[in-house]
Amino acid sequence: MIAELGNYALALSLAISLLLAVLPLWGAEKGNPQLMSLARPMTYGLFVSLSVAFAALFYLFAVNDFSVQYVVNNSNTSLPIAYRLSAVWGSHEGSLLLWIWLLTLWSAAVALFSKHLPQEAVARVLGIMGIITIGFLIFVLFTSNPFARTFPDFPVDGRELNPLLQDVGLIFHPPLLYMGYVGFSVAFAFSIATLMTGKLDTAWARWSRPWTMAAWIFLTLGIVLGSWWAYYELGWGGWWFWDPVENASLMPWLAGTALLHSLAVTEKRAAFKAWTVLLAILAFSLCLLGTFLVRSGILVSVHAFASDPTRGLYILAYLVVVIGGSLVLYAYKGSQIRSRDNYQRYSRESLLLLNNILLMTALAVVLLGTLLPLVHKQLGLGSISVGAPFFNQMFMLIMIPFAFLLGIGPLVKWRRDQVSAIRKPVLISLAVMLILGIFLPHFLHDQITVSAALGVMMAVFIVMLAGYELQQRATHRSGFFRGVGKLSRSHWGMLFAHLGVAMTVWGIAFSQNYSIERDVRMNVGDSVQIAGYEFKFQGISDANGPNYLGGKAQVEVFKNGKPETTLYAEKRFYTVSKMSMTEAAIDWGFSRDLYVALGESLGNGAWALRLYYKPFIRWIWLGGLFMAFGGLLCMLDRRYRFAALLNKGANANHHPGTSHE
Amino acid sequence: MNKKLYLPLIVFLLLIIAFFVQLQRNSQGDDPKALESALIGKPIPAKHLTDLFDAKQHDDNLFKQGKPLLVNVWATWCPTCYAEHQYLNELKQQGIDIIGINYKDNSAKALKWLKDLGNPYQTVIKDEKGAFGLDLGVYGAPETFIVDGNGIIHYRHAGDVNPRVWQEKLEPVYRKLAEQQK
Repeated sequence: MIAELGNYALALSLAISLLLAVLPLWGAEKGNPQLMSLARPMTYGLFVSLSVAFAALFYLFAVNDFSVQYVVNNSNTSLPIAYRLSAVWGSHEGSLLLWIWLLTLWSAAVALFSKHLPQEAVARVLGIMGIITIGFLIFVLFTSNPFARTFPDFPVDGRELNPLLQDVGLIFHPPLLYMGYVGFSVAFAFSIATLMTGKLDTAWARWSRPWTMAAWIFLTLGIVLGSWWAYYELGWGGWWFWDPVENASLMPWLAGTALLHSLAVTEKRAAFKAWTVLLAILAFSLCLLGTFLVRSGILVSVHAFASDPTRGLYILAYLVVVIGGSLVLYAYKGSQIRSRDNYQRYSRESLLLLNNILLMTALAVVLLGTLLPLVHKQLGLGSISVGAPFFNQMFMLIMIPFAFLLGIGPLVKWRRDQVSAIRKPVLISLAVMLILGIFLPHFLHDQITVSAALGVMMAVFIVMLAGYELQQRATHRSGFFRGVGKLSRSHWGMLFAHLGVAMTVWGIAFSQNYSIERDVRMNVGDSVQIAGYEFKFQGISDANGPNYLGGKAQVEVFKNGKPETTLYAEKRFYTVSKMSMTEAAIDWGFSRDLYVALGESLGNGAWALRLYYKPFIRWIWLGGLFMAFGGLLCMLDRRYRFAALLNKGANANHHPGTSHE
Repeated sequence: MNKKLYLPLIVFLLLIIAFFVQLQRNSQGDDPKALESALIGKPIPAKHLTDLFDAKQHDDNLFKQGKPLLVNVWATWCPTCYAEHQYLNELKQQGIDIIGINYKDNSAKALKWLKDLGNPYQTVIKDEKGAFGLDLGVYGAPETFIVDGNGIIHYRHAGDVNPRVWQEKLEPVYRKLAEQQK
């Protein structure tokens, strides 16, 4: 019954989205305010109807309704309720439903928070989001319906959710990541709407900036969480694997980062307009492309969903309509875009353009690395695989000029500037950077590798110039402390995000170069020394859970003879799926992680243990959090709310005026 | 009309064509995982081979046994390896020799896996860092190679080995090599 309700809600949503895609856009074209005013209520209706479908799927998992195929595949009676509920997006069909639901959530948010926008713009933007929704609803209803029944022979108990996914990471990672992916649809819709009208003023840049920022924040958090999850749950000790699916999330992030910077130029200086529009299309297209790659069976990946040629073909057709359509529109209307590109060779604009070029280069590297094996084979050149060393090397090469630009960019004035204006601070920073770059790795780890020294140099350079910039900005008109208090939120946001980049670079440099991994055989009471830490094995105890059998090892850690911490590493055997899982124990610290994973019993009370020492690895994710926090500060900048208030005020003044006279 | 503006569209269309071709190939039974190896006809690139069980060092004579062998790349983190494992056990009972490459894996986990699920392998090589896998051009686990009595690679199959794959693809190659050896 509930499954049919869900199915019905999906069908109803399709009907509403069809209307939403046609009527408001038609109204905007013909200047019909009645039709345009339908956009908001229909968007809300679509959101409510899809929420019903989504809630129905939650309910089916909560009660373990095994007459529904999707529930059978991903749940069973001994699975704890939290994982049953997050199993809703544990596999292809449900995660697609989450995608669509979030899309309507973003649409509803646009409808709600766009009161100050002209009616025509709202109608177009919501209509375009309606078009995007249609395609996905058809996909779900006809190829991947999560409400399909197992009648007449339904099983007594279900299979299990993949044990890899039975973790708090699953509860948050996909929703955050999808919030990011789907969020770029708003910037996309704004761009298409302006292309349709052909009126490319800077207003659309101002409108779409906070939305782009919001999507970027979610995507950043989603990627950070995914990377952290891989680190501690998969027990591989790594944090990024250049897997096609990881690459699929990195590509829109790179495009989105470029878009944020380019939008700033468009809003402030009315330059780069055509480029910004293209980036907005690109960012969302890459999100769609990622969806295609993951679900079509085109690429081989640990993340890939069960593939099906029909599904692949459907998404491909969808890509042609949405991306192809928007690129045709761009090619056709793009020549009408007039930018005011009056800046000199050395200016903030040029540096931001370089930033965009570097980000696009990085994007091209990821795209090529991901797709090259496919193309290579199609051209009859045989199979190749592109692995981590290629990506690591390319990214290091790209990162060097990028860090340099990131350091000096905020110090350079818009339109034109003199190189001499910042020559002194840059030279000082370069000197300090060279000294610290060689000294710090030596001081902290007694040995120097080229990539560690480079990483430290980049981080030091960014931090020093960020500090200089803050000091300059704050003492521009008043004393330092008064000036600091007056800095805008978006300025702080930039500062935080840039420091976040420095932290991530620092974390990568140290953890890639100085990590120690050791596989050891230990008896109770044995101890092992790693990087100044003494690991002492204290024995094993039972630790069974609701759907697994497990054991827990106790390892005490000492530093300089003093107890530092006690770690409990677990091993679990999931009885339904017959899979073994390692739950590594991690003592996280500011400057290092200690990591213990339990291996096998080797007889006579001896166990195999895997011990890691990972310096500064947290900084990789901490840097990501700083970037996201910086984004949040920018989004909450007074400017946007101020603009909203101004518009409201103007409307309020305007209306009495017209009605009375 | 600005021709530059058509560039993104053209790039996009090229990509779409590549995807479409691949999807067509997939639906015609060309599994994207069925990567042909560049190493076919060449000897298996054996370098440092450490035994999973006793850390003993093997050299390339391991692959020159005078009879054809299956070389199976597997890992405990790979669900498909789990799926094919029982069939490998059956193959072993039919007298087929299989050498396992434990690829990018945790040795302790691997040993436990073999203890719980049975060990279909004559020998298991430990390849924790994936270096041997890299030499073999392994894309992901599982992959299975057929090697003749002199250590020359004759066939590569990416994906799981199941009764259908064995009968249609691997067994003919295996039988042919076994005949030639006699």
